[in-house]
Amino acid sequence: MNIDTKIVTEILCNFIKEETEKIGVKNVVVGLSGGIDSALSATLAVKALGKDRVFLYYLPYRTSSMQSKIDAMNVADFLGVDLTEVDITKFVEPYFAVNPEISKLRKGNVMARMRMIVLFDKSAEVGGIVLGTSNKTELLLGYGTWYGDLASAINPIGDLYKTQVWKLSEYLQIPRQVIEKKPTADLWEGQTDESELGFSYQDVDRLLYKMVDERYSFEELVNDGFDKEFIENISERIRKNQFKRQLPVIAKISLRTIEKDFRYSRDWGY
Amino acid sequence: MISVSLAQIKTSLGNIKENAYKHFELIEKAIEDKYDLIVFPELSLTGYNLRDLVYNVSLNQESDIIKKIKDYSKYISIVTGFVYEDKRHLFYNASGYFEGGEILHIHKKVFLPNYTMFEESRYFAKGDSFTAFDTKYFRCGILICEDALHISSILSLTRQDVDTVIVVSNSPARGIFEDSFYPEELWYNTLKFAATNLTVNVIFVNRVGVEEGITFWGGSTVFSPFGKSILKLPLLKEEVKGVKIDLKELRRSRIHSPFLKGEDFAMIKKLVRNCGDVDEY
Repeated sequence: MNIDTKIVTEILCNFIKEETEKIGVKNVVVGLSGGIDSALSATLAVKALGKDRVFLYYLPYRTSSMQSKIDAMNVADFLGVDLTEVDITKFVEPYFAVNPEISKLRKGNVMARMRMIVLFDKSAEVGGIVLGTSNKTELLLGYGTWYGDLASAINPIGDLYKTQVWKLSEYLQIPRQVIEKKPTADLWEGQTDESELGFSYQDVDRLLYKMVDERYSFEELVNDGFDKEFIENISERIRKNQFKRQLPVIAKISLRTIEKDFRYSRDWGY
Repeated sequence: MISVSLAQIKTSLGNIKENAYKHFELIEKAIEDKYDLIVFPELSLTGYNLRDLVYNVSLNQESDIIKKIKDYSKYISIVTGFVYEDKRHLFYNASGYFEGGEILHIHKKVFLPNYTMFEESRYFAKGDSFTAFDTKYFRCGILICEDALHISSILSLTRQDVDTVIVVSNSPARGIFEDSFYPEELWYNTLKFAATNLTVNVIFVNRVGVEEGITFWGGSTVFSPFGKSILKLPLLKEEVKGVKIDLKELRRSRIHSPFLKGEDFAMIKKLVRNCGDVDEY
């Protein structure tokens, strides 16, 4: 679980630089939420490309907390990059107005997808690509909006658990307040990831690391002291959310179906 | 003394023209700098995560790029990696040794990894031997990446009296822990073991660059038969650098560590037979 922060930083910066430049793109855009994941992605991008090639956006909804804004601004200041604010309230409110019965969860998903629309449009405006901000814990648990915050062109932090994100952020001296605050999707007042998920990142990361990275079996995990119900709950979450981690399933008709027997890497020709 | 250049390069995936051009430039530069041998990594003409591109980038003895490298080899010996398509239209992950205007040897990768992130045997046919060959400078064998991690490859080459082993690879950076950089540890242990215990020169050339999110870690090196790393290229960075290998070191090391003298291949033959691994026709 412990990583060599220096070499991981070098690998991730190389990744951002190469996967951007080789397709002929100069810039990246990142949506800063005020949280640690987007702060880390943005910091790595500035390290990799320089501050002139990183475009940062803060995309609040009317209920977004002031603290999120302050934290996003602090991260932008720390990086020496301008932060452009685009309020999504006026984009999503008309949709909510014609769907008065819409649930909290659906509203959250609409907002996440609205932010995605803004970021992808901004990427076209500045000639860049959208940098992902989903960490490995979220991706495995499916704790994110499909085609919303999970959407990106390249993701430097998708193989880092939340606890590793914190560790790397400390190494990169990201403002302390952002590292130490309780993680939140800030979709409604007082929301925190850990209360919504029902467990702490520290606990789940310890389990995920053993289960996924070290391939411990169910029995081995139990012997290691993990609660049976907790293991089952997490295994089931991983399974149920597999769809969020892949392209839509295509019905096979021909001899060569995309992804099944038409298999190319995305870096084809680069 | 033989002067060897290690071409720790990035490649462009499936863009064989661009990769060939890079090879030609580096070969010309190495000729100018009076190197005897230049070694490129595994699949250096094509890139690694080829998948269905395997069929678009394959080469054979008649291909223009291969002919051009043969021409260059009148002036410098060259090891380069490519997809080799044989007359039966089987595709191999191959590495060729070019010298004196000819292809001296084509090694076809024997051990094709097909686990975790690897899917080589889905696309490539398997080579079936580790064959030693004589060059102007030494008697050597080529191992492609995974080949070197199997004891049978090293055993085969020892039995054929090599004094130099060339290992070319596309080793990915996977498993980066606080207290160890797993691939480097695995590879340096492997290479050093081969160098010291076979008492041979080991030339290791690994690529760098990022492909499909996968970082190749470089760290190309040369181990003397005493197990000393006499040149080490940086991790993760593209760099082409050379070193002079003292071929007399071999004799000194074999006096110091005469492991070969006691080697007992008859015993191995007996073991293989007793284990039922020999076909009795």
